[in-house]
Formats: sequence, structure tokens, C-alpha cells
Amino acid sequence: MIENISIYELLTVSTILFFIGLYGFLTRKNLIAMMMAIELLLNAAVINFVVINKYLFPDMLQGVYFSIFIIAVAAAETALAISIIINLYRLKTSVAITETETMKY
Amino acid sequence: MDFSYTIFILLIPITTFLLLGFFYNRIKPAVSGWIGVTALTIVAGLSYYTAIKYFFYTPKLEGKYQTLYGIKMNWMNFTDKLHIDMGILLDPISIMMLVVVSTISLMVHIYSRGYMDGDRGYTKFFAFLSLFTFAMMGLVVATNLFQIYIFWELVGVSSFLLIGYYYEKPSAVAAAKKAFIVTRFADLGFLIGILLMGYYGGSYDFGILNNPEGAAIMNWASSSFMGLSVITWALLLMFMGGAGKSAMFPLHIWLPDAMEGPTPVSALIHAATMVVAGVYLVARMFPMFYFVEDGYALHVVAWVGAISSLIAAIIALTQYDIKRVLAFSTMSQIGYMMLALGVSKFDGHEGLGYMASMWHLFTHAMFKALLFLGAGSIIHAIHSNFMQDMGGLRKYMPITHITFLIGALSISGFPLTAGFFSKDEILAAAFEHNKPIYFITLFVAGLTAFYMFRLYFSIFWGKKKEYEHTPHESPWSMKFPLMFLAFMSVAAGYISFSEMVTADRAIFHIHFDFVGAAIAVSVGLSGIALAWFFYKKPTDYPEKISTAFGRFYTWTFHKFYIDELYLFITRTIIFKYISGSFAWFDQNVVDGSMRGIGNKTVSFSKLIKGLQSGKLQDYAVAFAGGAFILVLIVLYVL
Repeated sequence: MIENISIYELLTVSTILFFIGLYGFLTRKNLIAMMMAIELLLNAAVINFVVINKYLFPDMLQGVYFSIFIIAVAAAETALAISIIINLYRLKTSVAITETETMKY
Repeated sequence: MDFSYTIFILLIPITTFLLLGFFYNRIKPAVSGWIGVTALTIVAGLSYYTAIKYFFYTPKLEGKYQTLYGIKMNWMNFTDKLHIDMGILLDPISIMMLVVVSTISLMVHIYSRGYMDGDRGYTKFFAFLSLFTFAMMGLVVATNLFQIYIFWELVGVSSFLLIGYYYEKPSAVAAAKKAFIVTRFADLGFLIGILLMGYYGGSYDFGILNNPEGAAIMNWASSSFMGLSVITWALLLMFMGGAGKSAMFPLHIWLPDAMEGPTPVSALIHAATMVVAGVYLVARMFPMFYFVEDGYALHVVAWVGAISSLIAAIIALTQYDIKRVLAFSTMSQIGYMMLALGVSKFDGHEGLGYMASMWHLFTHAMFKALLFLGAGSIIHAIHSNFMQDMGGLRKYMPITHITFLIGALSISGFPLTAGFFSKDEILAAAFEHNKPIYFITLFVAGLTAFYMFRLYFSIFWGKKKEYEHTPHESPWSMKFPLMFLAFMSVAAGYISFSEMVTADRAIFHIHFDFVGAAIAVSVGLSGIALAWFFYKKPTDYPEKISTAFGRFYTWTFHKFYIDELYLFITRTIIFKYISGSFAWFDQNVVDGSMRGIGNKTVSFSKLIKGLQSGKLQDYAVAFAGGAFILVLIVLYVL
């Protein structure tokens, strides 16, 4: 099945996924939604790793391992981000990004 | 001859100072007074013993008194030749000064037990007196210029402490600061002179410098600066220090104000001992002053002395504060000593001026201390310094009256008193070597007699005053020093100084000149007579005379506006214009450029600080946009 699909199509999917994530990260006001956008960005990167590994070095597995690393790190980062967001909610009773603008000049 | 015990002359006062200073809360006033008096009695005893042993039992070297060292140790070595010693130098003038300082200091200690009775800082006062005695003793026995400089500053400090003794009075604080600053300014010259002398003269040691055949004197012409030998400059700068300490014109302005201190202090420091340090310095360096450049520096000394004695005597005529009259009279008499040194030559009888100066220093210490202590006794009784508040006191204070009269007669040169003999020798020396100065000296002698008896008649005769409290005679602790010093004010004239203290240390005999003495005495007596005529009974002559002199009187009354001149120079010229413009430069140019850099940074940061908005998504846009631009550059430009 994968033989019928070229690398361009797969990379197009990951590019679309990346820009959806970027758009979401730049436009959402809700921190949870922004985090979900970050997950999309990471997943786009992970797809790139796997695809490029498959098409350029089919005998090696580094790209696959890296994608597993990225998923693990993303999970840890999400746990950290969620804990920060919960604390922010306790402080501000809101999870809007506009509430976090106090750290400036 | 072993003189090493003389170290105790220095150690006893400094020990007393430390004892009284450290434990001054725990020692009862009565005890501390006795500690001071006992210590000084021992010191005076040692000084007298040293004098007798030196003058009568020490063999002379080729008919001249030798220079002996009680102790002498090397303190700081710069090179083999140039080193600073610490030690005790014994020669005729230092031993004479030991006697003067210990005698006056002992009398003042005894007197202070009565005068300062009940004062809060009684123990502190005695501690300071001991410190002063130590410093002055160290000054007179110094073996070299650096040692004399160290003790010179120490007497300056103790003078400062004692002038400002009533530190709750603003005028006393101001006077103390003024005395310290003016003498410090003069001592700057002294220090430069010492350093020049060390560099060009090759030594700091008096024995080496003052040797008439030594290198320092023989090679004075080797280097010159602005038409004068450098050694002469060094001597003039050292004399500047001496003039500051001895209140010579124009550095005399601190002395009248120094009268804010307690009266015993005025008697000890500002009449008898510390203020003659300048005279002592010139006498100590006399061979250098005399031989270098044919005595150029010595001429300056003579004229500064003559002018000071004249100006001080004129100002003393118009003052009403009895202590200030005495202060100006001190300045005038020190001027006498200076001019006597200035007109002196070196060998044998030619060195009459030197001998006369030292003799006058001795007698002056006695009668001026007496006059000050007498004035203190009067102030103690009346609680006022001004002669308008006094009059007719002879009935209330007979002993003060008689002793004060003896002091006044002595300073006026009344025949057969001590002042008569010493002043006569000064006049003789001036007559022999410098006629203009002789006439100034003679005129000042008349003025001296007049203002002293103006003082005397205004205090003890004159109008009958109604006193609130009847003035009473002082206690015995104050009367005894008065009586002793009154005795010395006569007896000091019968010491044969020419057989002890001479310029070349050889003995000579003075010829008593009846004509010269008769002229001096008649001038003095006419001064006394004039004062008797003016002030014995209240008259309006003084008023008339002062109006007749008009502006000159006002000038004199304001001490020729010399204080105001100093204030003008320091405040207006130096502080306002010179320092003011420097301050302007500092505040505007130096500080301004620094502030400008800071302000520019702040204003530039205002332009760009909006970039740091705190909005996370702004940063993300910038980051993503930057990455996008980088990608574009990599794709299309590179």
C-alpha cells in the first residue's frame, strides 16, 4: 500500500499539518487549544522523520527511534504545560493567553 | 656624662596622658589633678637637674658647650647618609627650653587645680595638658628635622584640643578649627622646606646641617631657584612653618581667637611655650640661617619679626578683651625675639641678638604666663573678659593686683625687672646691626608700656564699679603660681645668659650700655605715664584721641581687617571663583557627559522596548516569520 504513495504526497500531508498547527498556535486565545496546536506541530515533525527515514535510508531505524523520542518528550512537555496551566487557572480563574501578558518591559 | 635618664622627661607626661585619658571616667577630679601636678613636679625636677648638670658639671670642649645626646637611635634608613633618627638632643637652647616648658607647665598645672575646679571635663583637661607637655618636650629635644616636625604637629593637635575645650561654645570650636587650619597651612611650607633640606642639604640631622664647616653650609650655592639658593628657599619655607606656629604676620590671625580656650591653656600654650616654637626653630637652625647666602633668610626673619611686633602692638592699643590684649602683646614680644635673631651675628659678642632672643624667650615665658594667669584670676572673679566690666579691683584682689603689676612692669621694661634686662639686650643688638629695626623696636617698647598699663589701670584702678557679687581673691592653688612667676619675672633678669646660651656656644660677657638703657627706660616710662594720665581716673581723653585718629582707629580696632582679607581670599576668590568654576566644570561637563550617556540609552530603549510586549503569540510570529525569511534567503539568495 505504501508503495503506491510517493514521498511528495506524504510530505504534503506533514506540511499541511505543520501549518495548521502554526496557525492554531498563533491565533488561539485558549492555552489548551494552543497546546493542542503544538502537538500538531510536533506530529508534523514526527511524520517527516518517519517518511524521510523510510524513503532515503530504508535499512536503518534512526528516524523511527527519533520519532518515539519526540513522542515521549512531547508527553512530558504536555504534562508540564498542563500543570502550569492549572496553576494559572487557580491564580486567574481563566486559561486565556491574554492573562499572561504581565512579563514585559 | 650620662644623660640617658632624660627619656623620663618624655615618658612621664605621656604616661600621665594615657593614664588620665583611658581611665578618665574612673579617676576622681581631685586625684587626677594631683596626678598631673606630681608628674610635672618630677619632670620639672629632672629638667632642673639636667640643666645644672649640663651647665655646671659637664666639661666644655675648647671653651664651648658640647652637643650631647641623651639617647639616639636610628628610626628610618633611606640611604647610608640620609636617615631619620629619634633621640634626645641636649645643648644650651634645648635645656633652656626644657626648664621653661617644665616650669610653666608645672605652674599651670597647679593653677588649673583651682581654676578648673568643678568643671565637668576636669580629668580630660589634665590629660590634654600632659599630652601637650609631652609634645612640647619632644619638640625641644628633637635631634633632627623630622622628629621636630612630628612633635610640631603633636603640639598643634594638643593646642587644637585645648582651644576647643569648651566644645559646646560655637566660637571655641571655630577658633580651634581656625588655629589648626592656619598652622597646618604654614606647616605645609615647613614640610616642603624639610624635604628640600633633606634632598639638597643631604641630611635631616641638626648636628650635620648646622656644622659651619659642614657640607650643607659650604655648598649652599650649588643649586639655585628663581635667583635664590635652594637651601635659602628651604629655610624660608621652614620659617613659614615657624611663623605660623609663632603667630607672625601675616599668619597671626589664629592667635587672638585661640583665647577662647581656658585661660591656663592660653598661659601655657599661647603665651609661653608653643608659640615660641617658631623662634626655637630659627634658633635651632641658626648657623644655617646665618651662613647660607649671607643670611638672606635671616633678614626676612628680622623684618617679619619687626613688622609683626609693630602691628600687634598697635592693635593691642584698641582692644577691650583683656585676653586679646595679652594675645597681641604675645605676638608683639615674639616679634621681638624673631627680630633679635634676625639681626644677630654668629661669633662671640656679635651673637648678642641670639643670646638676647633666647633670654627674652625665657623672661617672656615667665612674665607673660604670669599676666595670663593673673587675667585668669580676674576672669575667675568677675566672669567677664572685657575691661569695661572691670575697675577698682585692687581692693578686692590684692595678690592678683601686685603680681599683675610686677608682670606689667617687667614686660614694659621697668628697670631691674627681668624684661628690662632681656629687652635691653635686644635693643642693643638691633642698634648695633640694623638701625631701622632699632627704631621700630624702640617705638614698640613705648607702645607696649602704654597698652600694658592701659590694661592695668582699667582693671585695678579707674572707675569704681558696683559688682553684683563682691569679687573675691582666688584660692591658694591659683595664688601660689602667680607669686612664683612674679618672683621669676624679676629673678630671671639676673641669670647670666651670655654664659650659657650663645650662638657659637662660647661664653662672652655683656657690657651694660647705660645710654641705650636710659633711652629704652625713658620710652617705657613715658608710655606708663601716658597710660596713668589717661586711665588712672576715668577721663575722656581716650575718647578724644580715638576720634582724632578717626579712620585709623577704626582700622586698628578691626585688627586692620586682616581676618576679613583672609575671608575674602578664601571665600570669595578661592571658594567662589576658583573652586566654583572647577565645581561647575565637574557638575556640568564631567557629570553631564555621564548623565547624557545614560539618558540617551534610556530614550533609545523607549523606542524599542515595545517589541517586548509580553504577548506570547507576538514572539511566536516573530520567530516563525524569522524562520520563514531565513528559508527564503537560503532558497533564493544563497
